[in-house]
Amino acid sequence: MEYFLQQLINSLTLGSIYGLIAIGYTMVYGIIGMINFAHGDVFMIGSFVSLIAMVLLGVGTGAFLPLALLIVLLAAILVTSVYGWTLERVAYRPLRGSFRLAALITALGASIFLQNFVQVSQGAKIKPIQPIIQGGFTFFENGSMVVSFSYLQIFIIIITVILLSIFSYIISKTPLGRSQRACEQDLTMSKLLGINVDRTISITFIIGASLASVAGMMFVLYYGVIDFFIGFLTGIKAFTAAVLGGIGSIPGAVIGGLLIGLIETFWSAYFTIEYKDVAVFGILVIVLIFRPYGILGKPEVEKV
Amino acid sequence: MSNILEINHLTMKFGGLIAIDDVSFSVKKNSITSLIGPNGAGKTTVFNCITGFYKPTVGEILLNSKKQFNLERMNDFTIPQKAKVARTFQNIRLFPQMTVLENLIVAQHNKLMKASMYTLKGLVNAKSFLNAENEAKELAKYWLDKIKLTDRADIEAGNLPYGQQRKVEICRSMCTDPILLCLDEPAAGLNATESLELNSLLEFIKNEHKISILLIEHDMSVVMGISDKVVVLDYGKKIAEGMPSEVKGNPEVIKAYLGEE
Repeated sequence: MEYFLQQLINSLTLGSIYGLIAIGYTMVYGIIGMINFAHGDVFMIGSFVSLIAMVLLGVGTGAFLPLALLIVLLAAILVTSVYGWTLERVAYRPLRGSFRLAALITALGASIFLQNFVQVSQGAKIKPIQPIIQGGFTFFENGSMVVSFSYLQIFIIIITVILLSIFSYIISKTPLGRSQRACEQDLTMSKLLGINVDRTISITFIIGASLASVAGMMFVLYYGVIDFFIGFLTGIKAFTAAVLGGIGSIPGAVIGGLLIGLIETFWSAYFTIEYKDVAVFGILVIVLIFRPYGILGKPEVEKV
Repeated sequence: MSNILEINHLTMKFGGLIAIDDVSFSVKKNSITSLIGPNGAGKTTVFNCITGFYKPTVGEILLNSKKQFNLERMNDFTIPQKAKVARTFQNIRLFPQMTVLENLIVAQHNKLMKASMYTLKGLVNAKSFLNAENEAKELAKYWLDKIKLTDRADIEAGNLPYGQQRKVEICRSMCTDPILLCLDEPAAGLNATESLELNSLLEFIKNEHKISILLIEHDMSVVMGISDKVVVLDYGKKIAEGMPSEVKGNPEVIKAYLGEE
């Protein structure tokens, strides 16, 4: 029981990270119908920016940790958004309106470019960092079994909840969100209502990149080790989360993220840790066979 | 400058196909002009040129509002935004997963973006933003009231019956605060009663809001009932222009529609 609870807490933390990245995939897919395969690498850039910011600020050695973390967070969001915006502007916009495979190939190219760019500029070695947020609550001490909820996990979950509420408020209540939903449903008509579609798409990439950068920062804090290649597997898993939840659906992305976190953690806890990725992608296969539109996605029905 | 829209020598070629061949006509301020012709005559192509989907091969499209706009040189979204031309399509293009009210509010996007300082004020619910939102809602409700759909404001637009979706679409175009309304077959698929209601809605828009309408239509009860002027296209060429009664008797037009003996 204690073991189960502990795994539940762990999976919630991991799921938050996946959920934040999955939103970027699902939003871009919803609005321009392409899978932004470079999104995982945008997440990786976010983690590197956070790491650099942490080192520069000397986070963990200084006295005022929350402020330092806030600065790191803002720096990561800012720099990574610039990457997201540039990516769209340079790699995707010139090819908009071209055949769909072109966008996919560019996305893969952009992904490889970002990986190699970081590899060359930051080196290929893994970058470790000392644990910054330590300690936590411990409850249910039962012999050798301990259920603990570390401050770091609380921090990750709280930040995720705050970000998601701001984000869903933007989408549902503000003119920007409304225009995004409009573009999602009909790009041409949105243009005819005077909506600057290009700008809306740019903003979508910026929002996706900033959520991914926060996930990147959490990853650094949680695992303490990053390298230039983390974007690949994490990105693919977040993409799986987006498909699982129903690609194009934002609540679906979050639910998918949490589910992937759950599956991965519990598989490692109760079965074999080596096969955790197999379990995750196995679930993807099963979903694609039996419910290709995902949990919250709507099947495309054509009215005749 | 009594003409709101002047199309001069418009030609549109797609490779070897001449879709529009040297067509010139104008739309008077505060009038309803109908563009008719057999299928494939190039009517929708004219609309696509006006609203920036196609760049015409030759010719100019002038819009006279406070200043003069060369529509053929403008970018797609700036045409509704700056030149204030609104358009509907042959098929219904409402945002099906938004409520009827939201559809009408999205049309006032630019106004709201400015009022909310590009969403910054919207995040903190600043008063000026809330006021602008309320104004947008009022305008939307005004139009819903005109088409008697106030009670259906909060259902998803895709769930409305076809005839009502048509009307909501016209109202959504009106919410963009246009000076020229281009309607592509608004009466397609409407029954006789609904066509009559459409007629009165269009006349209301023209008379009360002083907006000029350019109309593509096959339903002759609409065309002959409300048009101030009719322009007839056939195979991309203009074959007649004038009052509905004049055009009706024109031998060229009869030939285009019914064929020769």
